[in-house]
Amino acid sequence: MFGYLVRRVLASIPVMGVVALFVFMLLRLTPGDPAAIIAGDLATPEQLERIRASLGLNAPLPEQFLTWILKILHGDLGVSLISNVPVLTMIGQRLEPTISIALATIVLAIIIAVPLGVIAAWRHGTWIDRFVMGLSVMGFSVPVFVVGYMLVQIFAIDLRWLPVQGFRSISKGVGPFVERALLPTLALSFIYIALIARMTRASMLDVLGEDYVRTARAKGLAETSVLLKHALRNAAVPVITVIGTGFGLLISGVVVTESVFNLPGIGRLTVDAVLARDYPVIQGVTLLTSALYVAINLAIDVAYTFLDPRIRY
Amino acid sequence: MPTAPLTEPLDRPAPSPSRIGFLVSSPILLAAGICLTLVVISAIAAPWLSPHDPLQLTPALRLKPSSADFPLGTDAYGRDLLSRILYGGRISLLIGVGAAVISVAAGLAIGLVAGFFKWVDAVIMRIMDGLMAIPAILLGITVIFLSGASVKSVLIAIVIPEIPRVVRLVRSVVLSAREEPYVEAAVAIGSSLPKILWRHLMPNTFPPLIVQGTYICASAILTEAILSFLGAGISPEIPTWGNIMAEGRAVFQVKPSLIFWPGLLLSVTILSINLIGDATRDALDPRMKRRQEAP
Repeated sequence: MFGYLVRRVLASIPVMGVVALFVFMLLRLTPGDPAAIIAGDLATPEQLERIRASLGLNAPLPEQFLTWILKILHGDLGVSLISNVPVLTMIGQRLEPTISIALATIVLAIIIAVPLGVIAAWRHGTWIDRFVMGLSVMGFSVPVFVVGYMLVQIFAIDLRWLPVQGFRSISKGVGPFVERALLPTLALSFIYIALIARMTRASMLDVLGEDYVRTARAKGLAETSVLLKHALRNAAVPVITVIGTGFGLLISGVVVTESVFNLPGIGRLTVDAVLARDYPVIQGVTLLTSALYVAINLAIDVAYTFLDPRIRY
Repeated sequence: MPTAPLTEPLDRPAPSPSRIGFLVSSPILLAAGICLTLVVISAIAAPWLSPHDPLQLTPALRLKPSSADFPLGTDAYGRDLLSRILYGGRISLLIGVGAAVISVAAGLAIGLVAGFFKWVDAVIMRIMDGLMAIPAILLGITVIFLSGASVKSVLIAIVIPEIPRVVRLVRSVVLSAREEPYVEAAVAIGSSLPKILWRHLMPNTFPPLIVQGTYICASAILTEAILSFLGAGISPEIPTWGNIMAEGRAVFQVKPSLIFWPGLLLSVTILSINLIGDATRDALDPRMKRRQEAP
């Protein structure tokens, strides 16, 4: 068990290495002078020189990579070209909206999607099943900004129940926070509900065909007990996995949602960095979210070995 | 107490064995097929169907409601919304089909090699794991930031995160097919390696790849729209559904139709492609019907 944990943690190091190398090479492999790409067409020679110096672009490539990765490993993601503030500090200042919306979305999606998936599998082939599957295809197909603007139009503009845009820190009161976080969370959870409901249904369908489910029914257990205790527990592993692999989807969704609802989070930071041509910020956010993706999926893998006694490596 | 049926319910008509027969067996699928056909036709015929030049600025006619002359009204620069949406469909479909073809071709080549040669498999799969760890939108933003807002860089940005998924799929098919007696026999009679890969292993990958290709097409159209919407996609001069919506953001409260119409078309297009993908999967491999995994 301990050996497995060590091996699993070690295996994620090359993955992070590939991520780092790829992000590093992206700038260097793009045709043209990297400093000019970053600074844009209107840069003065002094600005170009400053960027070259700050990125160490004058050194040979392997040396550049080594200094670059060492800095990152020490928690130095570079400095914004516009404000000269360390990228890590900038990300830290923008964490609250992003994390609150993302967490609320995951919780809401699980609460809605798991029962939907269970019912769809239980009533396989009926209209409920078709409704859930239809909802799930819709969730994958309707872009999050279309959902977002529809919600804004209905609940903020037509009905005037909720504010159109913006974010209020939870430290300034729960009411205003929830008021502003509600619509973004609803918009973002649509695709996540689709993802989890679909996977819950598929996994439950597999499990409901197992002998132990028939045994549980044959010995006269109540149907809810069969579904929840015997089936859902065994169907949980792929569902939890998809929550982890869906993290990339969540990040994409957060970036868009923050633009729609004007939330001052990581996504807004990235999009603003594109407009301001602030490459270190984009690179920092990309590296950090990728690392988070690897870490979350590692944590989920490790969690199985505790949750599911059958999984032993 | 009802029990979950272990087999497919009998009341549902089995997919017709003919190639397009399964499209007709369900009204929803038929609708999806018709919608997609209409979108494709209107995109191809955009120059003839458009009432106006999609780029022509008419400052005097800014944000007009729909009229006989401008069926969907005009945008913040006085350009005809209908014409812009028609032309925008061209970019979306181009990106969707282009991304599907490129990712499937590249993923197939890499996946065949990874599945057949054990010694490169470990290296290739670690690289693919790394690429999959980078959120697609952020990778897209980075690539487009660096290489400029063109159709080519948007394609590259969309294809890079899709390739690992295709590689995994091809590799898993090859890994199981490699153990089949006919492959062993081909090795035994001394068939050349390219021939084994090409003639014996590759055809096994086609059914799942066709399905995967449709999903990639749908998600590429979505990703392009998201990137353009964020201002990190195809340059704003070119009308795309994402760009039209990006410009509509500023005037959303005045004229929501600038987001509504392209958003509706985008959703219907992606929905149709996804539905056709699901149906193709069911028709090509009925066993997969029970394990409907997320695309």
